[in-house]
Amino acid sequence: MRITLNHILAEFSQEELTVSGLLRERNFTFKMLVIKINGQLIKKEAYDTAKVKDGDDVMVLHLISGG
Amino acid sequence: MTFEQITEILSCKKVGIAGCGGLGSNCAVALARVGVGTLILVDFDVVSQENLNRQYFFSDQVGMKKVQAMVENLRRTGSKVQVVPYDIKLSPENVVALFEGCDLVVEALDGADQKKMFIETILTGLPSVPLITGLGIAGWGNNSSIQIRKSENLYICGDGESEVGPEMPPLAPRVGIVANMQANMALEIFLG
Repeated sequence: MRITLNHILAEFSQEELTVSGLLRERNFTFKMLVIKINGQLIKKEAYDTAKVKDGDDVMVLHLISGG
Repeated sequence: MTFEQITEILSCKKVGIAGCGGLGSNCAVALARVGVGTLILVDFDVVSQENLNRQYFFSDQVGMKKVQAMVENLRRTGSKVQVVPYDIKLSPENVVALFEGCDLVVEALDGADQKKMFIETILTGLPSVPLITGLGIAGWGNNSSIQIRKSENLYICGDGESEVGPEMPPLAPRVGIVANMQANMALEIFLG
């Protein structure tokens, strides 16, 4: 599948992935994340079930301390 | 647009700022100076000596509640801004009530967990309100890494990478740049 991940075109061999699967694929190991799929916020409880499919627009924001 | 035309537009605007630390205090001053009508300021903390190297407070304010010190400092700029201070710790239960009615919200919290909580609560509870977050402000130099990214109503200012820590402290110049970038993005949203 082909998706937009943080504004960049990204290709995956899988046809679809759960959010958890996507994070594993891209080695996003950070703990504090804000994730949206097609404008919808995905909470942590849903990372194992929410699906990412071909054409989706995904934002994975890594929160870091400082403000 | 003349300055008067700009302040006329901004005088009707209400901006909520979550956190009055390095980002929030400096962002508030910029917005007050340029003529934003109302600022909702939320912070439960007090001014400490070590804040003074980057936060918009002064040595005779050490020990004061940050929101109270901000009321005083904003008044001293000569700005006509109306300040609504909340000496409250933000939680999922109070975020929407505190910030609904704002035309725009600035996220200027410190801990990554607080930032996550706040951003998620605003995105679900006030989805049509523009949210400008500050992310990645530590260290010095590297001006070109400080960017702004947009994702629908969410604007992310900072380098997105430099986490604050003992070997990577927040320093006035870079913190000021991101704080003012947040304020400048607010102006872009309000003025076009």
